[in-house]
Amino acid sequence: MKSLLAEHNILSNTSEQIEILEHRESEDFKLIPFQQKLEESNLYPLTPQSLEVFQVNMGKMCNQVCKHCHVDAGPDRKEIMTEETMLQCLEVLKLNPFLKTVDLTGGAPEMNPRFRWFVEEIKKLNRHVIVRCNLTIIRANKKYYDLPQFYKLHNVEVVSSLPFYTQDRTDRQRGDGVFEDSIKSLQMLNDVGYGQSDTNLILNLVYNPAGAFLPPAQDALEKEYKEALMNKFQISFNQLFAITNLPISRFLDYLLQTHNYEKYMEKLVMAYNPVAAANVMCRNTISVGWDGYLYDCDFNQMLDLKLACSSTHLSQFNIKNIINRNIKIGQHCYGCTAGAGSSCGGAVA
Amino acid sequence: MENNYYDAADLKKFGSIVNFQKQLGEKFFDYYGEVFKDSELTAREKSLIALAVAHAVQCPYCIDAYSSDAFEKGWSEGQMMEAVHVACAIRGGASLVHGVQMMNKVKEIAM
Repeated sequence: MKSLLAEHNILSNTSEQIEILEHRESEDFKLIPFQQKLEESNLYPLTPQSLEVFQVNMGKMCNQVCKHCHVDAGPDRKEIMTEETMLQCLEVLKLNPFLKTVDLTGGAPEMNPRFRWFVEEIKKLNRHVIVRCNLTIIRANKKYYDLPQFYKLHNVEVVSSLPFYTQDRTDRQRGDGVFEDSIKSLQMLNDVGYGQSDTNLILNLVYNPAGAFLPPAQDALEKEYKEALMNKFQISFNQLFAITNLPISRFLDYLLQTHNYEKYMEKLVMAYNPVAAANVMCRNTISVGWDGYLYDCDFNQMLDLKLACSSTHLSQFNIKNIINRNIKIGQHCYGCTAGAGSSCGGAVA
Repeated sequence: MENNYYDAADLKKFGSIVNFQKQLGEKFFDYYGEVFKDSELTAREKSLIALAVAHAVQCPYCIDAYSSDAFEKGWSEGQMMEAVHVACAIRGGASLVHGVQMMNKVKEIAM
């Protein structure tokens, strides 16, 4: 499987995606605009609340090609963050101490050759670091085998996708063999102390649906995951985050190809929850692209919707502008407000 | 309206039954919501029971709703099909067990 970009799929053009999301309608299919929903909830315009999270997408390169990936990441994607851009990130962090958490994502962020150096530099600034590790990267090459020890050394919080606790559903979404490698990697993380009750090494897992449906209740699912992973594989972890798939990039392509798009969008709209809308992650997060451009969230980043203010790049980072901006919204935002809500930290309501 | 007894779009309109009789409709939906909450059985277990019953009563709306709901709640295709077989076995068994009645009657009248 290749990325949409490598396949010259029309959806690799973000304006095509936005056209579908914002304007596709028919006699039987017409969605309430997300803006109207926010207005009804007295949340429009959506504004930042307290900026705390600096989420850095270190590149689109990945060892996996997942069917639902909103980044369209994969081995054929060569866009990765340069050291120069990382230095700009570090400068922003130095000047803005309230950005307490640095959330590193990708692609597989570990594939960036300056990844370890970047983590070490961030830790020198005394920030909490989260790495969104796809698990299989740990087993992908000998040079990654010691990642668990590296994470431990720097007390990095590890957040890892495991779409389900069975092989079938996981491999269907993430590729053949992913479940087996993920289990081995989780055991390696457990072995150095991650996810154990007697350490402070945090290992959180992410569930996201393997298909055109919404996640079930996070608490109940976490209990099932914990029982299943412990009973079958003696694996323990801290929390499970249930995340909704947003209709972007490869997941949008899947929805369209399988004729699930309309039903899925209707499902998201029907499940709109104003409490979740009030707590969406874009209110406390700034998302940085691999090339240093700034976005409200990782999803707006993948739709190339840059910040609605004059600070659209790290080189122009002005915290006053950023705090006083309005957050860009679109129909894709229904993915973060459905049911119990969805964020990089799971449910929000 | 198309000339069919069943229309998939009607499932979304289920809530509108209160328009003709508000009090009873609301009581039903309150009860329905309460039934499917986590309690001595989990919401997940109840979803699988509902799927089996949906097949037993052959309600296309319920099959639509609980196929999605059970899958969302993490039941596998194999588990869901086993639940359908349970419904089938009970329905089939319900017919077949009456065979005893038939046998009794035949024995009563046969030489």
